[in-house]
Amino acid sequence: MTLTPGGTAHRRTLRWQTARVLAVRDETPRARTFRLALPEPRPHLPGQYYVVRLTAPDGYTASRDYSVASPPDDTGEIELTVERLDDGEVSEFLHDVVVPGDELEVRGPIGYFGWDASSPALLVGGGSGVVPLMAMLRHARRIGRPDLVRLVVSARSPEDLYYADELPGPETTVIYTRHAPPDAGRAVGRLAIADVAPLVRGGETAYVCGSSGFADAATHVLIEAGVQVQDIRVERFGPSG
Amino acid sequence: MAGITRGFVGRRRERDSRLPPGQYDARDEWPVLHAEATPNITTDRWTFTIEGLVENTVTWDWDEIHALPRSRYEGDIHCVTTWSKLGMTFDGVSVDTLLAAAKPQPSATHVMAVSHTGYTTNLPLDDITGGKAWVVWDADGEPLSTIHGGPARLLVPHLYFWKSAKWVSGLRLMDHDEQGFWERNGYHDRGDPWTEQRYQGD
Repeated sequence: MTLTPGGTAHRRTLRWQTARVLAVRDETPRARTFRLALPEPRPHLPGQYYVVRLTAPDGYTASRDYSVASPPDDTGEIELTVERLDDGEVSEFLHDVVVPGDELEVRGPIGYFGWDASSPALLVGGGSGVVPLMAMLRHARRIGRPDLVRLVVSARSPEDLYYADELPGPETTVIYTRHAPPDAGRAVGRLAIADVAPLVRGGETAYVCGSSGFADAATHVLIEAGVQVQDIRVERFGPSG
Repeated sequence: MAGITRGFVGRRRERDSRLPPGQYDARDEWPVLHAEATPNITTDRWTFTIEGLVENTVTWDWDEIHALPRSRYEGDIHCVTTWSKLGMTFDGVSVDTLLAAAKPQPSATHVMAVSHTGYTTNLPLDDITGGKAWVVWDADGEPLSTIHGGPARLLVPHLYFWKSAKWVSGLRLMDHDEQGFWERNGYHDRGDPWTEQRYQGD
């Protein structure tokens, strides 16, 4: 097995910058998207993340990583989608306090989990794990290459599905694990080989994102469906606030 | 000094002097973070090799490394993604014991830790000698689970945890520094949590 480096060697400084909150909108009852204007925009690869740092008046700080949901563009703006976690020090603050006009310290983009749109990608996300994958899908659609991606999203119920208005398309498959709409065309249940196998075309890189349990289950399904283990990249969302 | 965030006071009741700046206490959680598919390395296939600038290239299998004198770490671990776990116990063997068998050459200054998955991470030799690093197979008295790097991982608890390579397969001694997987992808070359060496340039 080998783990291929994702980035080129670099020693640049990832400086903190102060982003302005332009807009806030709900994706689900527990997920909210923050649109930020960056004074020093840096191009990101779809799939990468930013760190958000909060600072109290006495200097106490708390920071967490959040995936960029928006595709790279030239607006100097990014969108971060944040799931509200119970007792999440940072996510609860972002949900309960932050409004347009506020400033947030951020740095990025960071991460190995990036797709450069040069080859086919099979994207498998669970819950909030769809966020970085959505950046990939949006990018593929924007550059006119939606044929390069296949996205499988696992959600507990229709109410928990992020980006519900934007997801439907020939590139996307939504599976529900607990409650499905009447027209879902698939019984509720966890991700299975039958969901993935028809999407494996050979030569793609698989990007798996979700909780650690979901990531391991999805990885297993992908391998069973014929994806080589070295062609699978994983981003895990541990419990973090 | 960072800019103050409007309305943020933080949760000071959760602070603990054992937490480096910017870290929170994960308490009963042990988050799992790695970039590759979780491998299944069974103990009968596991080996650990020290090579490079050493007098003896040495490989231990599972039984051989368990025959070495045991060493325990009791203390805290810190992940760059801001969680820490306090009061952990890891059992294994000191890297000092392993290096004593391999006998580093005087020119060796750095190591590349290598995993059975192909993962790599670089460390100054000084950071894994003098009782500061272990190869461990038990965590809190239980065999190290696969998702946490079992059957055995490197443990360098005074640095961010990406240096503690899961599924470790060996150390390569070098006379220069050379970036590993996360370091090439923007993480700091050393990773001291107390000075928040998270990313290149920190």
